[in-house]
Amino acid sequence: MKEKTTHLKFFGIGKILPFLKKVRGMILCMVGLGLVSSGVDIILPMFQRYALNHFIGEKTFDTIVIFIVLYVLTLLIAAVVNYISCAQATIVEMRVSRELRQRGFDHLQTLSFSYFNQNSVGYIHARLMSDTARIGTLVSWSLIDCVWRISYLVGAIGMMLYLNARLALMVLTVLPLLVVLFALFQKKLITVNREIREINAKITGNFNEGITGAKTIKSLAVEQEMEDRFCAETANMRAATVRASRLRGLFAGTMTFASSVALAIVLWKGGYIAQEEIGTFSVFMSYAQGMMEPLRWLVDVASDLITTQVNIERFTNLLAVRSDVEDSPEVVAKYGDSFHPIKENWEPIKGDIEFRDVTFRYPDGEENVLEHFSLKIPFGTHLAIVGETGAGKSTLVNLVCRFYEPTEGKVLIDGADARDRSQLWLHSSIGYVLQTPHLFSGTVRENLLMGNPEATEEQLWDALRVISAEEMVKRLEKGLDTDVGEGGDLLSTGEKQLISFARAVLADPKILILDEATASVDTLTEAKIQAAMESITQGRTSLMIAHRLSTVRNADVILVVKDGKIVEQGNHKELLRKKGYYHALYTRQYEDEATARILS
Amino acid sequence: MKDKTERNAKLNLLLRFLRGSKRYFALSVLAATVTAFADMINPQIIRAAVDCAIGGQEGEFPQFVMNLVDKIGGFAYLGQNMWIMALAVIVVAAFQVLSQYAFRVFNTKAAETLVKSMRDQLYSHIARLPFAWHMGNKTGDIIQRCTSDIDTMKNFLSEQLTAIFRIVIMLVLSAIFMLSMHPVLTLIAWIPMPFIVAYSFVFHKKIHDGFTDCDENEGKLSAMAQENLTGVRVVRAFGLERAEVDKFQKQNDHYTKLWEKMGKVLSRFWCTADILSGLQVLLIVVFGAVFCVRESLLPGEYIAFISYNSMLIWPIRQLGRMISEMSKAGVSIDRVFYIMNSPAEKDEEDAFNAPMDGDICFEHVNFAYENSPQMLYDIHFTMKAGTTLGILGGTGSGKSTMMLLLDKLYLLKPEDGRITIGGTDINKIRTEHLRKNIGMVLQEPFLFSRTIRENIGISSPDMELEKIREAAKAAALDETVTAFAQGYDTMVGERGVTLSGGQKQRAAIARTLTQDVPILIFDDSLSAVDAETDAKIRNAISQRFGKASVILVSHRITTLSAADKIIVLDRGRIVEEGSHDQLKAAGGIYQKIYEAQTGTGEEAE
Repeated sequence: MKEKTTHLKFFGIGKILPFLKKVRGMILCMVGLGLVSSGVDIILPMFQRYALNHFIGEKTFDTIVIFIVLYVLTLLIAAVVNYISCAQATIVEMRVSRELRQRGFDHLQTLSFSYFNQNSVGYIHARLMSDTARIGTLVSWSLIDCVWRISYLVGAIGMMLYLNARLALMVLTVLPLLVVLFALFQKKLITVNREIREINAKITGNFNEGITGAKTIKSLAVEQEMEDRFCAETANMRAATVRASRLRGLFAGTMTFASSVALAIVLWKGGYIAQEEIGTFSVFMSYAQGMMEPLRWLVDVASDLITTQVNIERFTNLLAVRSDVEDSPEVVAKYGDSFHPIKENWEPIKGDIEFRDVTFRYPDGEENVLEHFSLKIPFGTHLAIVGETGAGKSTLVNLVCRFYEPTEGKVLIDGADARDRSQLWLHSSIGYVLQTPHLFSGTVRENLLMGNPEATEEQLWDALRVISAEEMVKRLEKGLDTDVGEGGDLLSTGEKQLISFARAVLADPKILILDEATASVDTLTEAKIQAAMESITQGRTSLMIAHRLSTVRNADVILVVKDGKIVEQGNHKELLRKKGYYHALYTRQYEDEATARILS
Repeated sequence: MKDKTERNAKLNLLLRFLRGSKRYFALSVLAATVTAFADMINPQIIRAAVDCAIGGQEGEFPQFVMNLVDKIGGFAYLGQNMWIMALAVIVVAAFQVLSQYAFRVFNTKAAETLVKSMRDQLYSHIARLPFAWHMGNKTGDIIQRCTSDIDTMKNFLSEQLTAIFRIVIMLVLSAIFMLSMHPVLTLIAWIPMPFIVAYSFVFHKKIHDGFTDCDENEGKLSAMAQENLTGVRVVRAFGLERAEVDKFQKQNDHYTKLWEKMGKVLSRFWCTADILSGLQVLLIVVFGAVFCVRESLLPGEYIAFISYNSMLIWPIRQLGRMISEMSKAGVSIDRVFYIMNSPAEKDEEDAFNAPMDGDICFEHVNFAYENSPQMLYDIHFTMKAGTTLGILGGTGSGKSTMMLLLDKLYLLKPEDGRITIGGTDINKIRTEHLRKNIGMVLQEPFLFSRTIRENIGISSPDMELEKIREAAKAAALDETVTAFAQGYDTMVGERGVTLSGGQKQRAAIARTLTQDVPILIFDDSLSAVDAETDAKIRNAISQRFGKASVILVSHRITTLSAADKIIVLDRGRIVEEGSHDQLKAAGGIYQKIYEAQTGTGEEAE
């Protein structure tokens, strides 16, 4: 993971200020109470001073009752203040991160596919979950800590000046020295901390590889080599961490020493105070030593704050990304946006698709994958797109679904430019079945209802019947109420595929996109899936991305894709007669399929 | 009884992990003791300064201190020359700094040596666990055990345990110093301590469920985000944005509310603990003052008392939490123990490095995976050394299983038949030797996230580029690689190029070709390569490995036709056996496939 350390002002807090509006009052209250709390901490030693000067020095307990009452009162005030500010801090922490998470999540729902293609799920997920949590902590606990400690430092210095200005100034000579030291340590600490994080990521990666690559490692018998490599990495880790500990140890040592020097100065130059006021002498020592603590803390957290700056930057960048595909204001005004559709203005869809002189290049691509491409796909047409894995078969589908927009030219739906309607209108009319079926956690029923939230029990079963999946669902432990697990992982791939078909059937779309299942399913399930595909394409415009050519023979139009471009076009017979690329593909697959048929 | 042996086994495992770090732990404890002792000295210097040097009182100090003071010139002289006292503080500080530094470094060394030892042993053990174990456990779960559970164990051993130890040392030392000054006040100071510890302990035990609840809900929220991101196509295609946002918001709110509630509970605890410890300080301040006035305590001793007390109060408050959190480590130990306790692959005692260039025989082999129906039935054939064997079979026919058995990725039980190489049962051949001598290319090969060069030359880290390129050429990969901007130094995987299925297969073939092995297995490993390249590769292989025994698993007749002998497998049984010429006219499955694969054109029209 690369980390940029551009320096944002005040750790980039400016960028997140807008998200703090709702909790501004609470933050102010938290900061105010933090000041009170550190005030109490500065006052408490004064009780000790009084006890030494008055009770012990003057040998009288005349004020003992009021002393105890005042002390307990101070404790209670501190307790109440701390209670409120700690509770507030938690609330601020959680609300800010909640707000950020929600904003991020909402924003992600509007981003175009190019964003998802360029960033891994893991990366986006980390922005959404951990960055927001870190920022929440920053504006609550780090802030209150900062306020508390700095005001304590200021208070302690003030108290010393008040008690004995000359001695205080002598003690303060230690400070400039420390500032120089901080600057020196800070940089080194940041570097070594980053190094540790990087090695750590490598170690996790190695574990991952060792486990997912077990079969290969074993069959190559390279366990020892892998282990040696791993040990080298863990040795690096140890070395780096020990180096960091030397730095931190040196730093902590310097702080301890500085605090002792302060104490020594007080003893040396201030011993005489003890002759008259032991109490004053004693609290002076407390303050002189106590002021080192906030300084030590500052250095410890400074490197954390600098990493938080990276979190802020990455998260705000996520929010700043604009979608490549956006509905125009006029469209939004008429049809509503993705969250607030104005359904009464939606035209019913017929299901005609037309590519008109479309030129297209992926936002991160180097060349046009479509050039002046025109094709009419009237309602009811079955279009198939074939080609090898990775050849770019999804491009047309991406354009029809408006996951991407043409660089030049138009995609027309029912004769109107797709850009003149809202994305949600289009998506609500398109059924999409993926080659790797994706289900959401929840029950089978919940997943089916995603296709049509208003479907009745009867309709659910009808949909399952259409694709002959009725038996399959009935066999499940709790039928429709069976939990499918995270991503549907409690079901087999075939079962997931069938449920995602049923989901598409329930949506009853005029346009159906089928990204053909290639996942390894047993032959019986495969036959079922084939049959299901045939039955659900009836009475709809269908676009099928096919890997198995046997399934496209009946398609009205077949587009053959190679290296991202459409190289041939026609129906099955025409294409075979051409003896071109399709013919070659077909021949090879035919062999494979014939073989598979014979062997099963 | 079983519990006891298991506990012993866990203890042994911990001890094994601790090997190499124990001395660092010992040293860090020693350093911690010195630090704690040095921490105790400053209040004594201040006490001496206040009571004796400045106050002119007789203090009770150990004999050696009195001797030292007398040598310098007595307390009165010190009172005149306070810089000597200041110097004493600096000298003590030097000890503090040194011991603190030593503690920090030793403790880190201990912790890191421990973590390294745990990680290395885990990695090494996982690499040596049988393949069946890998198939039976989820990757994510194992990684979790290797990372966060290891961290928990490390924190427990290197932070919590040492912290508890340090606190105990401090308690003991300060008790000694306090007792030496005023036993009654010491007693008064100590009476509230057990209550503070107990309060914190009970509280943290009680709140444990709350934390678990928060964690679980965070997990749910995180999973929801994960699902939304991986399912982005479905969300968009079905127009589910609104529903997704609502769902996420609901869980987001729920999780936030849980923590807000926890925040209140925690804050209440902190404040109560604040009050408790504040009252304890009040006890000392008031009673100390009373004793001072009654002249059983000197002012300097009073100050020292308060210093010791303030050193104790934080650790005491933490102690309760630490003790209550110790149970967390137990869970992690169990989870790591699960891996370490799974038996690794082991050779039979009389296993040896048998010659690998002999005939390969399957003798009446039957096999079933655990909890699965039988996979292979009475597989029986001999493959002459140096010949090529073709295996034809459909999905699930058992052809890959046969190869896994030959490579000892699954072990054959004696009652299920034998596999021999050169007459030696493979169970008697050292596994590493066997696998080093069998080059197996899998259908879906795994490449490591390293450079192409490192991937191909993985069997020996210092392989020359010349040899790597030669292998790549034979696997028809050289041209592809040289077309990359960084050539053979191109990274594979997430941080580099994504290779297509065919390229991966060819890289895996090249990787195998770098090892000059007597047995080569291509388990459907040319499936993603076109027919022309397939032929080229096979040609190159037969030139390079003329003497090797080659097993080709495929369903492509052109791939198999050159084999000396072909076996046709159907549902775990050998149904046909012979050469291409014999089989293509034998009227069986092979012939049908042969006709299907050569007669396509006509039939398609």
